[in-house]
Amino acid sequence: MSKSNIEELERIASQVRRDIVRMVHGASSGHPGGSLGCADFLVALYFNAMNRKDGFDMDGKNEDLFFLSNGHISPVWYSVLARAGYFDVNELATFRKIDSRLQGHPATEEGLPGIRVASGSLGQGLSVACGAAQAKKLNKEDNLVFALMGDGELEEGQVWEAAMYAAHHKIDNLIATVDLNGQQIDGPTEEVMSLGDLRAKWEAFGWHVIESKGNDMDSLVASLEEARSLTGQGKPIMNLMHTEMGYGVDFMVGTHKWHGVAPNDEQLASALSQLEETLGDY
Amino acid sequence: MAKFTYTKTQDTRSGFGAGLAELGRTNPDVVALCADLVGSLKMQDFINENPDRFFQVGIAEANMMGLAAGMTIGGKIPFTGTFANFSTGRVYDQIRQSIAYSGKNVKICASHAGLTLGEDGATHQILEDIGMMKMLPHMTVINPCDYNQTKAATLAIAEHDGPVYLRFGRPKVPIFTPEDQKFKIGKALHLIEGSDVTIFATGHLVWEAILAEEALEKEGISAEVINIHTIKPLDVEAILKSVAKTGCVVTAEEHQMNGGLGDSVAQTLALNHPAPLEMVAVNDSFGESGIPDELMKKYGIDAENIVKAAKRVIKRK
Repeated sequence: MSKSNIEELERIASQVRRDIVRMVHGASSGHPGGSLGCADFLVALYFNAMNRKDGFDMDGKNEDLFFLSNGHISPVWYSVLARAGYFDVNELATFRKIDSRLQGHPATEEGLPGIRVASGSLGQGLSVACGAAQAKKLNKEDNLVFALMGDGELEEGQVWEAAMYAAHHKIDNLIATVDLNGQQIDGPTEEVMSLGDLRAKWEAFGWHVIESKGNDMDSLVASLEEARSLTGQGKPIMNLMHTEMGYGVDFMVGTHKWHGVAPNDEQLASALSQLEETLGDY
Repeated sequence: MAKFTYTKTQDTRSGFGAGLAELGRTNPDVVALCADLVGSLKMQDFINENPDRFFQVGIAEANMMGLAAGMTIGGKIPFTGTFANFSTGRVYDQIRQSIAYSGKNVKICASHAGLTLGEDGATHQILEDIGMMKMLPHMTVINPCDYNQTKAATLAIAEHDGPVYLRFGRPKVPIFTPEDQKFKIGKALHLIEGSDVTIFATGHLVWEAILAEEALEKEGISAEVINIHTIKPLDVEAILKSVAKTGCVVTAEEHQMNGGLGDSVAQTLALNHPAPLEMVAVNDSFGESGIPDELMKKYGIDAENIVKAAKRVIKRK
């Protein structure tokens, strides 16, 4: 991908990060850490990797689909969806407020375009993504299904049920990503529940495993292209994506303390001073 | 003369299997998933005829619910098959978030419900499933009474857009409803007209209610019998209309008293037309191993107990 295109994605990601901290500040609640860490990934996905149709319909036939399993990082998804044109960016101001379509965790109940299943209770998204990928095969579609999970989320047993299933059923139109930021609510994953050798685990389950740098746009875009090139070969694809929680805001980086805490006015100002406004704030 | 007779018994799960097989022939969007209980759920005919539309999940029910939710995205109509216990309590949060809250068109088909599962005992005899499922917004809850009705219900839920819990059982029970009946979700069925008491029954207890009515008639008591095959949405109009005539109610079900049909009817009466009510249901207890008839007698959910409840409730009018 050309340097100018990478720079354009980075500019979008900067705006998305501004949206994230402003949304969480505006709601006085939400999850900025994981959202900031995954901003580059979701931008790369929606503005480069995915083949998307204009508009939104629930069935999503003949386009690539994305499922966010770790629903608590809804701010980044909402921002990317709005910036990609699924709904008006001004609606981001309603995040977590009464009568909003932007629920604390993603939901379909209020009809927000871009969302196809509720998530937030962890461990369920990979199963849903597997089902959607199999529906695409039944419909004789070539399109792909993407899914994102948190690393702490891998502690849920259902993830491994889906892992086993995807390999057994050769779901090779599925690219799942794990956000390896090493943090969860109660502390570093290594202290809370060590995940062990994740590459070996996913390979042992029958997946094709790649690793990527989730906060390096150039490298990330290349990794997603590599992942796409591996589809259609009889195995599901796992992208182990190394990120830093809170990336882009110096005082939020690399700590679980900003997993689910909103910045105050002063912290917001400090965060925004580090993030260029590229597309105009909502 | 008996108002309902039968010449044949069959398990309701076979009605499901027959319905699913028919759907396989008539509706190309229908897909089926099973968590290692193909034989028990009678899904083999569907599988034989539609191998590409069947997904073996293994013993992983949580994953099965998520898969089914995902398959609706793309227009499929997934039917999941496992025991009622593993279709509800084991996967409640998966159903709640990925199916009910997400409004997914998944049909949760649950066999071996209740005490009549028999010898396997209380670990498998779920008596709380109707309660769990009816509490979920968007969920439809159906408990048909015999083979023919279960087959008809299976066909009907494919036409209904939204999540459905379809509950059926293991033992062979009398077939007394018409073959090729049209099943209307949410429409109570008047089986026997009466004037002294109304018996609202669901599932296997509908036949017991018919037996109870015969016994009551011999004692000069006129009982109305209504089959509530759909617990949610409940046919409130039919319930109130009957109670306005008879003035008292017995509910009968193979479920806990807490959270079952009786609860739903009690709520309806209390909110609209208070009337004496007796519930024939399992009273805050787990089941145990045994043969179905013994268990229904021991836990107080057979025709004899319906008769006793009817006599009690009439005295309370």
